[in-house]
Amino acid sequence: MNLLLLIGAPLLTALAVLAARNKAQIKGISLAGSLVQLGLALALLFAYRQEKAAGQTAQLLFEQQYPLFRSLNISLHFGVDGIAVAMILLTSFVVVAGVLVSWNVEKMTKEFYFLLLLLGLGAYGFFISLDLFILFFFLEISVIPKYLLIGIWGSGKKEYSANKLALMLMGGSALILVGMLGLYFYAGNSFDITTLAAASISREMQLILFPLLFVGFGVFTALFPLHTWVPDGHSSAPTAGSMFLAGISMKLGGYGCLRIATYLLPEGAKEYSTIIIILSSIAILYGAFATMMQKDLKYINAYSSVSHVGFSLLGIGMLTQAAITGALMQMVSHGVMTALFFAVIGMIYDRTHTRMVAEMGGLMKKLPFISTVFFLVGLCSLGLPGLSGFVAEMTVFVGSWENPGTFHRIATIAAAMSIVVTAVYILRAAGKTLMGPVTNEEHLSLRDATWNEKLAAILLLAGILAIGLAPGWLNELLQPAAQEIMNRIAGK
Amino acid sequence: MPNLLTIALIPLLPLAGFVLSGIFGRRYIRQHAGWLGTLLLLGSFVLSLSTAYDYFFVYGKTDGVYQTLVPLQHTWLAFSDKLSIDMSLVIDPISVMMLIVVTTVSLMVHLYSLGYMKGEERYSTYYSFLGLFTFSMLGLVLSGNIFQIYIFWELVGVSSFLLIGFYYDKPSAVAASKKAFIVTRFADLGFLIGILVLSYYSGSMDFQTMIARLTSPESNEVKSAVAANFLGVSALSWGAALVFMGGAGKSAMFPLHIWLPDAMEGPTPVSALIHAATMVVAGVYLVARMFPVFALTTPAVLEMIGWVGAVSAVIAAVIACTQTDIKRVLAYSTMSQIGFMMFALGVSGYGGEAGLGYTASMFHLFTHAMFKALLFLGAGAVIHYVHSNEMKDMGGLRKYMPVTHATFLVACLAIAGIPPFAGFFSKEEILLAAYHSNPAIYYIALATSGLTAFYMFRLYFGIFWNKPYQSAATGHDSHSHGEGGWVMMLPLVLLGLAAAGAGFIPFGEFVSSDGKALASHFHIAFSVAPVTLGLAGILLAAWMYYRSGNQPDKMAMAFGGFYKAAYRKFYIDEIYLFVTKKVLFNLVGRTAAWFDRTIVDGFINLTGNTTLLVSERIKKFQSGKVQQYALFFLTAAVLLAALFIYVLK
Repeated sequence: MNLLLLIGAPLLTALAVLAARNKAQIKGISLAGSLVQLGLALALLFAYRQEKAAGQTAQLLFEQQYPLFRSLNISLHFGVDGIAVAMILLTSFVVVAGVLVSWNVEKMTKEFYFLLLLLGLGAYGFFISLDLFILFFFLEISVIPKYLLIGIWGSGKKEYSANKLALMLMGGSALILVGMLGLYFYAGNSFDITTLAAASISREMQLILFPLLFVGFGVFTALFPLHTWVPDGHSSAPTAGSMFLAGISMKLGGYGCLRIATYLLPEGAKEYSTIIIILSSIAILYGAFATMMQKDLKYINAYSSVSHVGFSLLGIGMLTQAAITGALMQMVSHGVMTALFFAVIGMIYDRTHTRMVAEMGGLMKKLPFISTVFFLVGLCSLGLPGLSGFVAEMTVFVGSWENPGTFHRIATIAAAMSIVVTAVYILRAAGKTLMGPVTNEEHLSLRDATWNEKLAAILLLAGILAIGLAPGWLNELLQPAAQEIMNRIAGK
Repeated sequence: MPNLLTIALIPLLPLAGFVLSGIFGRRYIRQHAGWLGTLLLLGSFVLSLSTAYDYFFVYGKTDGVYQTLVPLQHTWLAFSDKLSIDMSLVIDPISVMMLIVVTTVSLMVHLYSLGYMKGEERYSTYYSFLGLFTFSMLGLVLSGNIFQIYIFWELVGVSSFLLIGFYYDKPSAVAASKKAFIVTRFADLGFLIGILVLSYYSGSMDFQTMIARLTSPESNEVKSAVAANFLGVSALSWGAALVFMGGAGKSAMFPLHIWLPDAMEGPTPVSALIHAATMVVAGVYLVARMFPVFALTTPAVLEMIGWVGAVSAVIAAVIACTQTDIKRVLAYSTMSQIGFMMFALGVSGYGGEAGLGYTASMFHLFTHAMFKALLFLGAGAVIHYVHSNEMKDMGGLRKYMPVTHATFLVACLAIAGIPPFAGFFSKEEILLAAYHSNPAIYYIALATSGLTAFYMFRLYFGIFWNKPYQSAATGHDSHSHGEGGWVMMLPLVLLGLAAAGAGFIPFGEFVSSDGKALASHFHIAFSVAPVTLGLAGILLAAWMYYRSGNQPDKMAMAFGGFYKAAYRKFYIDEIYLFVTKKVLFNLVGRTAAWFDRTIVDGFINLTGNTTLLVSERIKKFQSGKVQQYALFFLTAAVLLAALFIYVLK
């Protein structure tokens, strides 16, 4: 399969949106374009599995390379492994859902959809790039539109949030850039991941470069204590913005931490794994406890995201095959789940015009569909079997337990404790907003989800169930890639 | 081998009910959801019976031992080469016994609910939740992999949550459902860690492999697990104890029992199914499932289980004597009876005669399911009739509800251990097992038997005798429906027959710790003490509650502070409330939230503000005036020259 299609389709859609003449056209083109992307992503999954089933053992498939700057050894080098396939699939789901829930954006519709599609383009490009320079380029593409999305279509103290988010992510990017340049100069004048992987980088150099890359990408994925853009960013962003931010952007960071920092610099990963584990365990528990005290639904999900992506980082820090597989599963699972959560919160906000838990009650009565989806995604968040969160978290736990150090054991138990705290905050939020008597008379006249909202919710729910009920396919996709990373760490 | 399809359909039929009523119920199926669910469950019930018949009588035994059959084992999620979650179906004596219990009670409850829940707005939702629960519970009992059992364990937990909170616009129901979920979740955290420990050391998540490896003391798995210890206790004991913690939470054992009484907020048939007969005995089932590990490898943990069971049994019985909400009395009674099952396992050994406690425990689980479901359904009929849960609103109902009265009496006699009702036989075996291996527990159990008879007949006399019945002034004629239609009476009668006759099943023939037949134990001489105590309890209850009078108050006065403490459930809820509200919420949660916004984010903002401040200050250097630049240039040149000449040389 030609991977260029994956950047070609969103690019064409975005350009077509610019050329569209009215709102109906804009929305129609966006939806059609995003569905094409979804189809491409599914085709990619299918093609990848077919190749693997045919006995293809190479890690990277569908590679293609076009020289760009010969003098600097930069080329457009694309290819995907199992991780990238999973992430591309995730992206395509979130893009379609994001387009659907934005159906009623009235203000500057064209610009809104253009930026949304651009974000998707950045993510697809990021995941298929095998050249760090190009990868970095796509990473930045996915930052700038967010600044505008929050600044223009946001709510609350949106200028502050947009600035904070952009500056913190730019700070992270700066660290990544330095790390990349370090790799370039110390490992054979190349940005190419395959070349860098083959080069031998001295341990001393790894110890310097690893923190730069890991922390740089870590900012994107809410590495404690650099996570504070998350609550503000989410609370100000428009619904689709939040979905992209938590569903895709945070995964760019996790992907980078693992696929770039850990993969290219295994010695560094081993050296710093203790710190990663400490920071991620703190994020998991502390994020969960902080969530418990939040009063705004978006803050609840934002802090809970900090806690949940902590599992990804914990899995990376544990350095066992199962834990890394779990970390990757958690990225995919959390991506779908949190996108759906933000979508539902947006649907509730559109109707009640409030996100404060205390101002709602008994919504189940009038909004059965939205409430059911809220419940399901909440249950996914607290790790109910049959939904994706369970599969991912349990894989992280089992994998973490395979690392027999007492320190690792304690960190695993601490992280596991969050399953109780998560249950507390999810049930509190759901119990107050959905159950109980209707507290606001005006809420008795609310209307349940419209077709586009239902479609978005069902699409993302399908993703959650596909992972939760039959996790085998995702496991098969991710496990060999995790094994490859482990082989490098073991020095094979 | 049994037919895979037959067994797979047992859990899948209720699942189909859940999916159909869940998705199409609101709009298309509506009032048909009840019969749909009931018929599907009837299918499950018939298949379970046929499976049981085939297993016990057709395949029979090999070498005198019932074999464990695994008609399905499918790798669901492989973590590594060794560890994987398998979806399997396991047929052995206890799983078959549980199939019968679960499908019987569930069928009765489905049928009963046709009448009890009639006219309910979310009728189809109710039946879809019942289907989900039954599916999960059947999956749980058929599990052959420890992680598989955990999966279904969580699923029964969530179905219980959904059904307790069924009346979701009632704040007390919402609170109770949250409490039930969170308390059991806390216990499940222990279970999860226990699974991690045991599977790590045994190198397998499959029950059979795990048990085989962990029970041979010479195996490397056991050696390494015993060598690894934490706080002076071996990893194996930690693992086993943590797994039991999960079981204790689900089975409402002290001190994790606080959710069960509150769970009575759910519709009464649900209490009968989930919180009396099936889900709450999952903990007992779990211990029985892993019994060889407890008995052979970690006897200290098994002894702890015995004590937890005994303490729960007596505490719950004492509290039950003081409660006035009839469902709460039954809830504490359930906790007490599960305590019996639990300590029966705790005092049991593995194999042969020593395994009497194991057989007795399973036997009691079986008989208890029948008579306790009956008690709840009877209580449901009473509540349906008088529209109140409080004993003070009842009395003299025997004339108005003859069927309920008769069946309730049978159930009371059964639970009080009066021969020849079912409870007598199973409780005798439990007492006998305790008598032989742990006299202290035996005496506790004996005293508890007396209390059991007392509080059950307190309930019986209070509801059906005492003062003549006066309808509460509700204004409308609420009694036109009588006792409820045949759909409500039939389950009562059927369960009444089971409660009266189930004791005659030669249970040891079918279920024993090692699969070999165990002769039933019955000694007249041994039965004298418990039966006498039981009769004494009944007489005391009759004296106090047969007629309305002031004896109960006098008795309460005589016990003074102890009565009050028992009435307030020994303040255990308050202790929990203090820990969660004051410590976890206010101390930890609030601090974390404050720390994040003020310190962590404050630091980030400080970085931003400092940058702004510094740029504000230094921007004056870029003034655009040539003279000023020349001045800076000269000053810097002089300073640098001085630096090189005098300092660095």
